[in-house]
Amino acid sequence: MAVSVDEAVSTGPVRDHTPSARRFGGRGRFVLEVALLTVLAVVMLFPVLWMIETSIKENRDVYAIPAKFFDFKVTMDHFKDVFVASGGGRSTLSVSFLNSVVVAGVSTALATVLGVPAAWAYSRFAVKAKKDQLFFILSTRFMPPVVVVIPIFLMYRQVGLIDTQLGLILIYTAFNVPFTIWMMKGFVDEVPAEYEDAAMLDGYTRLQAFWRFTLPLLLPGIAATAVFALIFSWNEFVFATFLTSSDNVRTAPPAIAGLIGGTTVDWGLVAAASVVFALPVLVFAYLVRKHLVAGVTLGAVRR
Amino acid sequence: MGTVAVHGLCKSFGKVQALDGVTLDVPDGSFFVVLGPSGAGKTTTLRAIAGLEKLDAGSVHLDGRDATGDAPAARDLAMVFQNYALYPRHTAYENIASPLRARRCSSSEIAAAVEQMSSLLHIERLLQRRPAQLSGGEMQRVALARALVRRPRAFLMDEPLTNLDLKLRVEMRTELTRIHRSLGATFVYVTNDQVEALSMADQVAVLKEGKVQQVGTPTEVYERPANQWVAGFVGSPPISLLACHAEGDRLVGAEGWTLPRPSWTTAEDGRTLLLGLRAEDLSVEQRGDASLSGKLYGLEPLGDRTVVDVRVGTEIVKVKARPTVTGTPGERLHVTVDLDRAHLFDAGTGLSLSEAGQ
Ligand SMILES: Nc1ncnc2c1ncn2[C@@H]1O[C@H](COP(=O)(O)OP(=O)(O)OP(=O)(O)O)[C@@H](O)[C@H]1O
Ligand SMILES: [Mg+2]
Repeated sequence: MAVSVDEAVSTGPVRDHTPSARRFGGRGRFVLEVALLTVLAVVMLFPVLWMIETSIKENRDVYAIPAKFFDFKVTMDHFKDVFVASGGGRSTLSVSFLNSVVVAGVSTALATVLGVPAAWAYSRFAVKAKKDQLFFILSTRFMPPVVVVIPIFLMYRQVGLIDTQLGLILIYTAFNVPFTIWMMKGFVDEVPAEYEDAAMLDGYTRLQAFWRFTLPLLLPGIAATAVFALIFSWNEFVFATFLTSSDNVRTAPPAIAGLIGGTTVDWGLVAAASVVFALPVLVFAYLVRKHLVAGVTLGAVRR
Repeated sequence: MGTVAVHGLCKSFGKVQALDGVTLDVPDGSFFVVLGPSGAGKTTTLRAIAGLEKLDAGSVHLDGRDATGDAPAARDLAMVFQNYALYPRHTAYENIASPLRARRCSSSEIAAAVEQMSSLLHIERLLQRRPAQLSGGEMQRVALARALVRRPRAFLMDEPLTNLDLKLRVEMRTELTRIHRSLGATFVYVTNDQVEALSMADQVAVLKEGKVQQVGTPTEVYERPANQWVAGFVGSPPISLLACHAEGDRLVGAEGWTLPRPSWTTAEDGRTLLLGLRAEDLSVEQRGDASLSGKLYGLEPLGDRTVVDVRVGTEIVKVKARPTVTGTPGERLHVTVDLDRAHLFDAGTGLSLSEAGQ
């Protein structure tokens, strides 16, 4: 049988033969992967999609049975209701969003300002019983908020911090400082101490050396840490529910929860408020996603 | 002025005793080399002088004044770090300028000084690059420039030439020696390269496991090593050490050889000794009255010379010979010994028994 050179050296049969088994396995795995991921995605994303859908449905469609997935009328009324009170002016929900911004922002800033230098000190200096101290700091996070909230409530009542933004800011800061110290210590450990040594020999003081040479290298880590702290404060529910009550102090989570539980529930409003509430976190996380991953792999996990 | 004196420095890291009573006296304007193998505590010594290491014990005096507790910035020293420690976000220019910026010099002064340093160290073309864009040798030169750009009390240099290629290293050696002469400044220079130590130093301190073994001029350290370890560490090829003991007017080797007893040694009979023979004090070419017999073990041609490994009993003796020397392994040889230049050490303590070495 004559075999042309082309056929003889053709990679066709080779490609079809040996790796085909592997490719079958590969395809099988691929199909399984996609199927599992799809199931997971549906389970995870369905509530989110449903929330978004509900937030733009007219009330009639929200309660329709069978549920309308696609052919409903889109409306932005619920979003308007989130921000504007029925009689005009600011709605209580929008005030609670503003409160959330203030409380989460200030507590995160405080935790960063306190936690970053502390992390630097723990990383750079020989501190007595350093490991025990660090463990103690971390252990303050082991306590579930529900357990601490009663004593905190009693103490706050004594000093008049009940139902104040300052009270929430302090408690969130207290919760975020340990986290900031732990995560930032990982980042500081990654920056060689020699930069500061060199700077001190150049003639800078220790603090100048930290400020001018180490701090700029820590900025990505600080951003990642701050976003985590921000998300914690933004989402916090237990303390906010127990420690605040008036509309002009309340943060968004208890305010949104408060929408549910009357005789009728305006699900459209609840959904719209939830979307507005979730958005900043998503945007932030997206903006610093690179650093978040770096933060998780570099700072928090290693060491 | 620029004297540096440290006394009784002790520093441990956990279980590791990095410094164990290091005492050094660096005279003003000298090129003082701290020589030692990896892990000897050289870097720790420099960091202690610079004030970067909290000491367990000991004191640091600068210009005769106790500076033990002073902040690094207050000590007025410049240091080249072993791993460069160049600021990663700054360009080479800004790195070199940093000590001047810390002292609030004007930008024209800074520009002039940086330019002068960069031409001296051949890094003009690299000034706008960041450390990540530089090779190891280039970073090392930038680090050198950052130290040399200012006139401190003393320069501390931690193996500043190790990452340069041989040609550049030899060139920089000469250059540093020249800079040292022209500045008249005090240099404390750390290296594990004995050639650097012997060729550049006014004084060498040999360090091992956190202890100073010997301080002296390069000649002293080479010609009269204080102990067996210094003798073995300094010199290339390494000194050959043969176990023996004195017996009347002879030295009797553990391997059965005998040599006339050198006139200068006072070691009593029967004490176990080590005879130290440097390769250049031995010869395979003519036969003298003091000689060892052995077998040719191997030849190491090094271009300008050949090192002949001779097996005496079970021990190898290295002999420096002319590059033209030939031979076949196993061939019988006589190694002539210049006993006036030999060294004797106590096998127990390792200390030199040559009166000059003490
Ligand atoms: N920060 C530290 N933590 C723990 N051990 C250390 C530390 N710094 C130095 N050591 C230990 O102290 C000893 C001396 O270290 P040093 O860096 O001074 O050595 P060296 O002579 O500079 O060595 P090399 O030539 O390798 O640079 C070593 O055993 C080292 O492991
Ligand atoms: Mg070192």
